[in-house]
Amino acid sequence: MAFIEGGSYAPLYRNDENNTKETVGDFYMDKSAVTNSAFSLFLEQFPQWKKENIKSIFAESNYLSHWENEFEADAPVTNVSWFVAKKYCESQQKRLPTMAEWEYVALADQNQKDARSEPSHNQYILDWYESPKARSPKKVKSTFKNKWNVFDIHGLIWEWTYDFNSVLISGESRKDVKTDRNLFCGSGSVDANDLMNYAAFIRYAFRGSIKANYCIQNLGFRCVKDLK
Amino acid sequence: MKQVCVLILSCFLLAACHQKKAPIEPLNKELSDLSIYHLPSAWSTHNNETIQLKSLRGKVVVVVMIYTSCKAACPRLIADMKNVFEQLKNEPQEKLQMLLVSIDPKTDTPEHLYEFAKENKMLNPPWLFLRSSESNTREFAAALAVNYKQITPMDFSHSNIISVFNQEGELVHQQEGLTVNNISTVNKIRLLLKKVH
Repeated sequence: MAFIEGGSYAPLYRNDENNTKETVGDFYMDKSAVTNSAFSLFLEQFPQWKKENIKSIFAESNYLSHWENEFEADAPVTNVSWFVAKKYCESQQKRLPTMAEWEYVALADQNQKDARSEPSHNQYILDWYESPKARSPKKVKSTFKNKWNVFDIHGLIWEWTYDFNSVLISGESRKDVKTDRNLFCGSGSVDANDLMNYAAFIRYAFRGSIKANYCIQNLGFRCVKDLK
Repeated sequence: MKQVCVLILSCFLLAACHQKKAPIEPLNKELSDLSIYHLPSAWSTHNNETIQLKSLRGKVVVVVMIYTSCKAACPRLIADMKNVFEQLKNEPQEKLQMLLVSIDPKTDTPEHLYEFAKENKMLNPPWLFLRSSESNTREFAAALAVNYKQITPMDFSHSNIISVFNQEGELVHQQEGLTVNNISTVNKIRLLLKKVH
């Protein structure tokens, strides 16, 4: 795992009107996303999460659907729900990264821990968001290694975060309605900070649009661990 | 004319069906795949008892997620819950559970929940307050599609959603927003309560 030294940064959505900084502590993060082969070992150990046993409240029918055809063992596992991703990390005495932790690591490019002011970095992310996705992702570690020694944070797959369901952009982001502050207690305080950070907007919108049992073709995960 | 007769006749037939008592289904049959009772987590009540979620099986469960130190929307959400309950006063109570789940388990200890319940005259059934670990609470919210986040050590943002679960723990209805018209929520609960009796 890669050691991530904690720090603070201004996230896209601030938590508190008086405090625009998000602070994360030190932690370890998996250098790459969890692969198909690692995930199948987990299923051998915990057969209740196998496709034939899983309850639909925990994963929709698309769960692991790419395993029906040929797939790359070293590619990140996708089509997995949040519930199962969470259980996987717990089975390794790890946990899913919080959104704050994930976004903190995702600020980095090859050379800097915070590359937000680097136009080429932002362009790389946006180009990747724009490009049509291959049916199945490439092997892990096939894109760049960032300053934290973490691979593929951008460019391979999207990743679950522990508190993905804390995105409160509109009342019900899954519905085509305008922001309704009445639906949320305190939602007025979560307005966006950095209006130029379009890539982060896309990620927040995506997280706000999904549910915990969704299984999506290019959505996988990696785990983190606290320091002892 | 003939059509009207058929219509009236079919109304009678429908009414007859409704009167027929549905047999109470045995609780040992397997849980439906969509049941919330697959969540294995343990919860503490405002009376400091430890329960499994699935001990609520067999009841119609009406749920909101709140935190007791909230000053903005939660009092209105609780008023909404009380309003729903007011309209169900004449229904059989023993199969109804009005459930309030804390999203702030750190502050909302069982003692704290007890005080809050007492203050709001919600100590007795069908009212029930529950709390669990942060991780279990996140899972419960995920299953309900309720979003929440901590803004400051004292305050949370959260979806204002009242959810209705049937006797098997399947999510059958959600009411979103504050002080909205709750007729459809109340009717849904009435319909579900009839199924037990």
